[in-house]
Amino acid sequence: MAGDPAANPNPPADAVLTVRELECRRGDRVLFAPISFAVGAGSIVWIRGANGQGKTTLLRTLAGLSAPAAGDLAWTGAPEIAPRPLYLAHANALKEDLTVSESLRFLLLLSGQRVDGLDLDRALERFGMASRKDAFVRTLSQGQRRRVALARLAAQRELLPWLLDEPFDALDAAGVELLAGVIAQHARRGGAVVLTSHLPLPIDEPAPAIVELHAPAFA
Amino acid sequence: MSGTFAVLVARDLRLAARRRVDVVLPIAFFTVAVSLFPLGVGPEPQTLRQIAPGVVWVAALLAAMLSVTQLYAADHADGSLEQMLLVPGARISIALSKAMSHWLLTGLPLVVAAPVFGLLFDMSAPAIASLVAGLVLGTPVLSLLGGLGAALTLGLRSGAVLLILIIVPLCIPAIIFGAGAVTAVESGLSARGHYSLLGALLIFTAVLAPIATGAALRIATE
Amino acid sequence: MSTTLRFFRFASPAAFYPLAGKLVPWFGAVAAILAAIGLYLGMLRAPTDATQGDAYRIIFIHVPAAWMSMLLYVVMAFWAAIGWAFNARLASIVARAIAPTGAMFTFLALWTGALWGKPTWGAWWVWDARLTSELILLFLYAGYIALVSAIDDTRRADRAGALLAVVGSVNVPIIYFSVIWWNTLHQGASVSVTTAPKMASVMLLAMLLMTLAFWAYAFAVIFVRTRAIALERDNHAAWANDSVARAPVRQGASS
Repeated sequence: MAGDPAANPNPPADAVLTVRELECRRGDRVLFAPISFAVGAGSIVWIRGANGQGKTTLLRTLAGLSAPAAGDLAWTGAPEIAPRPLYLAHANALKEDLTVSESLRFLLLLSGQRVDGLDLDRALERFGMASRKDAFVRTLSQGQRRRVALARLAAQRELLPWLLDEPFDALDAAGVELLAGVIAQHARRGGAVVLTSHLPLPIDEPAPAIVELHAPAFA
Repeated sequence: MSGTFAVLVARDLRLAARRRVDVVLPIAFFTVAVSLFPLGVGPEPQTLRQIAPGVVWVAALLAAMLSVTQLYAADHADGSLEQMLLVPGARISIALSKAMSHWLLTGLPLVVAAPVFGLLFDMSAPAIASLVAGLVLGTPVLSLLGGLGAALTLGLRSGAVLLILIIVPLCIPAIIFGAGAVTAVESGLSARGHYSLLGALLIFTAVLAPIATGAALRIATE
Repeated sequence: MSTTLRFFRFASPAAFYPLAGKLVPWFGAVAAILAAIGLYLGMLRAPTDATQGDAYRIIFIHVPAAWMSMLLYVVMAFWAAIGWAFNARLASIVARAIAPTGAMFTFLALWTGALWGKPTWGAWWVWDARLTSELILLFLYAGYIALVSAIDDTRRADRAGALLAVVGSVNVPIIYFSVIWWNTLHQGASVSVTTAPKMASVMLLAMLLMTLAFWAYAFAVIFVRTRAIALERDNHAAWANDSVARAPVRQGASS
């Protein structure tokens, strides 16, 4: 459940993330007009805006990598889950000189997850990359690397909120379908998803709520 | 927290093992730099013995600084650094692990190679021992300070040269105490004061540099 | 309480700009007057030294310049840290404005040190503890200036510079101690530049006046530079455009 950019003052009781009058800055420029929205458990929020409007900066701010220029954001829910959203950036964070499973294992270990071989295989299988698990990342195409990066989502045991930046980029039609399925499944289980995408989202159930970023009001 | 440290060091070592040529480069540079001095100064043994500690230390410093940018730059470019920074409270672990990886891959080989260079400069055995002892204490300081410089200059075009300019003044005490230890031993004095100072410097740097480096990482990625 | 609030009013670049503009000529005048008196006392009234003759008189510039160079580094680090900790834009601007002046004083101290060394000991440069420390201080300034210039994003540049300046300040005592250690060990040029002639009270007065003159000069120059940087950073803001529009053309380009 999400509000309009024109504030929703009373967030729903099951809100995982509440954003109030948030503004983000890159360099000296404020990127967008203040936005407010709430993300409820089991919902998908689709951030839209023109190129350069600040979608990536907003996600980074929600992830905690940058401080907002104004306003605040609050994560609610169980403390071991809430302040640790899973953030997948536009860059895949895979090391070219590691194998697929080594790279994936590293990323999962970083976020504190205990990883066994079976989990890894299953996660890679979900995105169709199990056959390449011992290949070096540098031998993969862009789309394949994206699939490996997304495999992290399939390896999650906890219901962390997901922040996904252009997750559908570089995927072929089959990959898009796989990802849509994974996202929808996460939402159905009660997890929250905030994502950006240039292209229409191929997810109908649950219907994504849209948050538009607009240019800031001043001259 | 120690879990993150171990995971990061293990990964960096594994990556280095896959690119063995890159690991050898700092040592190769060090060898070339050190060998240039006799060519420039003349082969007279007395002169060489005198300049040896200074030459080895300065070359070690430059070799360390030239290789430290790589440590952060690759992770910054492919988004791995961002993922590391997402782990709560990880910044100091990242700084420490990078310094440790850098020392294992550049500092430790230098320490092992130092006796060979000592022989090239016709140093006596006690002098060589003192050189090695000093490097053992001092090269971690260089790695820690180099990490700070790399975090401050993350993603900048001017890269390694800028890093050297801003970090080298901070490394001067290590060079003075390290090279001074060898000179003291060669004049028959005890170098214990030097080692104590180096040790104190190492502790001081090991405690404070990771905090500063963590702050620099935050500044650079905000 | 109300005085503090009124004082903080000047913490914004827009409010600081006119105030600084009014103060600059006064600081300049004070600097000129104090320097004139100080130099008169130092060059003409202080007694000639028995061993060094009249060449020693350069210390009336060398020593105040060295003091200023060290003081300005710490002041720069202080304001940069304030700017970082409190998000105070003016403080960050002031820190950046101090750096070139501090570097200039360092260079002046080194240069006058050389001018002193040559007639007295026959060498343009000696590696004694103080001159070597001044040289390292010049490197620290150069590093700060190079770092903030290399970063395009002003916020990141200000903060990275603040961190570097604070780290440098913490290290300055360590570096100084190590250089003294190094110098005493090697017993090199310890026929040192540092043995100044015994201080007659006229000499002390002259050095004090020169130090104050340099202080006033530093204020004037730093304020001018701060105004320029503030104008540049806020060049879209209304106050900046108004100030520029209102400035009489006959005053010339810079403020």
